[in-house]
Amino acid sequence: MSRRLINWFKYSSPQTFYPLAGKMIPWFATLAVLFGAAGLYIGFFVAPTDAQQGEGYRIIFVHVAAAWMSMFIYLVMAFWAALGLSLNTRLSGMMASALAPTGALFAFLSLWTGALWGKPMWGTWWVWDARLTSSLILFFLYLGFIALQSAIDDPRRADRAGAVLLLVGVINIPIIYFSVQWWNTLHQGASVSLTKAPTMARTMLWGMLLMVLSFWMYAIAAALYRVRCIMLERERNAGWVYELPEVKS
Amino acid sequence: MKNRHKRAALIVGGLAALGLAAALVLNAFRSNLVFFFTPTQVAAGEAPKDRTFRIGGLVETGSVKRAADGLTVQFVVTDTARQIPVAYTGILPDLFREGKGVVAQGKLGHDGVFVASEVLAKHDENYMPPEAAHAVEQAHKAAQSVKQ
Repeated sequence: MSRRLINWFKYSSPQTFYPLAGKMIPWFATLAVLFGAAGLYIGFFVAPTDAQQGEGYRIIFVHVAAAWMSMFIYLVMAFWAALGLSLNTRLSGMMASALAPTGALFAFLSLWTGALWGKPMWGTWWVWDARLTSSLILFFLYLGFIALQSAIDDPRRADRAGAVLLLVGVINIPIIYFSVQWWNTLHQGASVSLTKAPTMARTMLWGMLLMVLSFWMYAIAAALYRVRCIMLERERNAGWVYELPEVKS
Repeated sequence: MKNRHKRAALIVGGLAALGLAAALVLNAFRSNLVFFFTPTQVAAGEAPKDRTFRIGGLVETGSVKRAADGLTVQFVVTDTARQIPVAYTGILPDLFREGKGVVAQGKLGHDGVFVASEVLAKHDENYMPPEAAHAVEQAHKAAQSVKQ
């Protein structure tokens, strides 16, 4: 254990992670603002109009980025859940709880921006096709996780129950992603994927990727900020909390 | 085997079993999860009869006819193999174009005309500026004239 380059287990204790997270937050927050400003500038001023949809397509700069993040954050939470269940680390459950509101926010954003786009383009706010329905289920999974954790008083038991829910729900992620390939859906297929060249103009793609980076940085900053609050709340009787300069004064 | 390895194996095993169960369920529901039927499926009798369902495909180029009242539209939905004539009264979405994707909900009449109560435009995954779309169209036309 001691011969490892970085001792990862050292950072799995709240006592060492708390100051580290505090140092990282301003960096991620700054990056989120910078990437966001650049992405929105390209999205609204540089990127050309779309041949079919005119200006209305610009919703993708928020919609696609939010939808990706809502799926990705769930995968990260499921990863922490698996880690927490198998290694019994305290930090894992805290990280999962800290990420949940951000994930729910992005899922909500992707549903609403999609509806706002769908009304003029498709002619409807909502249809029960496979992509839209599975995305709605993802939003409910986030809400269910938050509700389940708040319903159990003992944080360690709440973590374990939440982790099981997260791991069961992870099945939904590939269903969302591949729904447009597996079934006939009203939602269009993926414009950007790992397996083929993107089917969109380059400046549009750049604007979208910058927005994804911005959302990514925001999600990390928000989760770290929240996990620090959770640590203080759960460890309020621990010695290291009393030693903190902000608590002492 | 340490305890934590045992728990990790249990999680991996559980997830694999869940995945398999989900795959089987989704496979069984495959036909019920279809959002629309293609004209070929309708011709093969796969679509429900005397019940509303959705058909999807491309609006055949040159097939859109507007009636004198300005609201009633007739067009042909094709999947390049089979065609279905569609009649619809109402406002069409912005993206409704000839040669583009469409999903219509309604009933198939005995005369073979699909009477739609709702028409939705289905967008494709291509995003490009108008100039690029124009260039693609020109190239397409050029390729076709070479073939002829």
